[in-house]
Amino acid sequence: MSKDNQILEEFTSKEYEHGWSVNFEADEAPIGLNEEIIKWISAKKEEPQWLLEWRLKAFKTWQNMTEPNWANVTYPKIDLQSLRYYSAPKQNNKPKSLDEVDPELLQIYERLGINLNEQKKLQGIAVDAVLDSVSVATTFKGTLSKLGIIFCSFSEAVKEHPELVKKYLGSVVPMTDNYYAALNSAVFSDGSFCYIPKGVRCPMELSTYFRINAANTGQFERTLIVAEDDSYVSYLEGCTAPQRDENQLHAAVVEIYASKNAEVKYSTVQNWFPGDKEGKGGIYNFVTKRGICAGDNSKISWTQVETGSAVTWKYPSCILKGDNSIGEFYSVAVTNNYQQADTGTKMIHIGKNTKSRIVSKGISAGKSQNSYRGQVQVMKRADNARNFSQCDSLLMGDKCGAHTFPYIDINNSTAKVEHEATTSKIGEDQLFYCNQRGISTEDAVALIVNGYAKEVLNQLPMEFAVEAQKLLALTLEGSVG
Amino acid sequence: MLSIKNLHASIEGTPILRGINLEVKAGEVHAIMGPNGSGKSTLASVLAGREEYEVTEGEVSFKGKDLLDLAPEDRAREGVFLAFQYPVEIPGVSSTNFLRTAVNQVREYRGLESLDAVKFLTMMKEKMKLVEIDQKLLSRSLNEGFSGGEKKRNEIFQMAMLEPTLSILDETDSGLDIDALRIVSNGVNQLKSKDNATIVVTHYQRLLDYIVPDFVHVLYKGKIVKSGTKDLALELEEKGYDWIKEAVDSEATV
Repeated sequence: MSKDNQILEEFTSKEYEHGWSVNFEADEAPIGLNEEIIKWISAKKEEPQWLLEWRLKAFKTWQNMTEPNWANVTYPKIDLQSLRYYSAPKQNNKPKSLDEVDPELLQIYERLGINLNEQKKLQGIAVDAVLDSVSVATTFKGTLSKLGIIFCSFSEAVKEHPELVKKYLGSVVPMTDNYYAALNSAVFSDGSFCYIPKGVRCPMELSTYFRINAANTGQFERTLIVAEDDSYVSYLEGCTAPQRDENQLHAAVVEIYASKNAEVKYSTVQNWFPGDKEGKGGIYNFVTKRGICAGDNSKISWTQVETGSAVTWKYPSCILKGDNSIGEFYSVAVTNNYQQADTGTKMIHIGKNTKSRIVSKGISAGKSQNSYRGQVQVMKRADNARNFSQCDSLLMGDKCGAHTFPYIDINNSTAKVEHEATTSKIGEDQLFYCNQRGISTEDAVALIVNGYAKEVLNQLPMEFAVEAQKLLALTLEGSVG
Repeated sequence: MLSIKNLHASIEGTPILRGINLEVKAGEVHAIMGPNGSGKSTLASVLAGREEYEVTEGEVSFKGKDLLDLAPEDRAREGVFLAFQYPVEIPGVSSTNFLRTAVNQVREYRGLESLDAVKFLTMMKEKMKLVEIDQKLLSRSLNEGFSGGEKKRNEIFQMAMLEPTLSILDETDSGLDIDALRIVSNGVNQLKSKDNATIVVTHYQRLLDYIVPDFVHVLYKGKIVKSGTKDLALELEEKGYDWIKEAVDSEATV
């Protein structure tokens, strides 16, 4: 092993920061998965009959499906019957305001650096905090409702705005879409719902923090964002989980619907527990995220910083149905130790003059495997569709892997599709140059990696970008020998 | 300030330096000259602490400290600066951001408080004049897409910002046109003081018209075979290195 690799190995081996868990009383479903459990969840959440039926239908569909195995990841078969599908912190009554929320729950979020106290908050970000299966608190609801914006937990939306939920649920990701989407449709417990009415520009960032606390529990949240004509919203999502020896399953579904001239910006900083240095434990993150630019001139932009999870399987996609609609995907995916990530996007051009842009930056360290998988599809009717894809891979050390699987499917001769790809290594030369200017190797790695990922980090809202930069450095940093 | 005694170094088992002795005092400018492959750049790299070179024998003390015992970043923080022959590109990292990280880490080591953005930019503005460097260049990714001249100017600009006590210029004149050479040399000259020293590594005497050395040393086959004043450089310019090579080689066969 060269000195270069040795240096890199030394500080690509740091522990996960959010590995703690908290003991509190939880309301749990019995372990296992069957129709009774689904009915149990639905009853627990006092859901209307139509939703229960929707769940059961999804369950039936799912039973006839098989787990996909085309992704470039390997993991032992998950025994879905050994999981618990619902776990909620026990609260005597549904809290009406933050003052009524169990302080212990708030503390969990404080430890994560997320302050749910509106008075203390200066940045103007509305937060929905989801712990295990349910939403704990949503802030700034009052301010938002004056504008007609609905931002609440999914369960609450089912109760308060059933017509909206019924209209859009499954409209972008049908329950039959794939194995994990069908499973999610059957057992999803909570998540966030967000509705921006016509002509409204949401004045603050809306964000959801997901946290898995309970053991042996799958997290299946559902997020639905609807942006009516001429509206705008920027939505953020953050995730962490405690450090546990066994693997945990996270199978979420996110749907975004953008009407005419609407713009939705969706940013994720995913920091689920990645497993320890030997590859033990960690989250299986099997997520379906898709947005539809349904109206003309609409735009959906996905930005993701993926640092966590043992196995990631995720392709935030855009269906560009409206004419002149735009889809964007900006991604930084870091894998270290034994992490595996198979992530990318799909851009489906249906409308005329539709444009998409893909910027993917993979960083592999340790013994990890990092794959980009992307599809650009141009349909017959999509005249003058344009796509630009850039897939870069950065390798740290010589035991990791980077893979690129671009699929291009063009059915219209006016399409312009460009694909660029690069693979590079953090060089000894770069590190030495930094050292020679007095910069420690650890900071040099952080500097180089952040520089490499800059184009993506620039897409994030300011305070999130700072967090993401630190997270990137932390994920790759360790003890300097 | 710098004392090199019997320094031997090799790369992948091949000896390159075979017993260098050199004393550099504060306020002095030393030029190291010599034909290709004589070990000039190796000497610069070994002093800066590049890992691929193995020091097999000898010692180097810098301001009373054992230089070879220090990590490359600590050598830099102690005041050793190397102007690279081939400055490295770091995409996505602006020169400004890079330098601010460097300056503050060096300051921290020296027990000085770190500079806030305003103080840092003020300092930058002042030093920019030394090498006539444009602010626009500094907001671009470090060395990426810079011309040869811009890269070298940026090296000297970094030197100005880091205020080293010992500067080693490794073939700083290579790839420079005459105007750039003048600007870069002017910068170096203005940074000269009685408290710092400069080692200029070069092939050509051309640079020494601008940066006038107190001593000139000729390196050949990993050893300093001849030392003199700036007149030696002129002599080399006129006669080439062959007469020195011949003298050394015949001595070796005797």
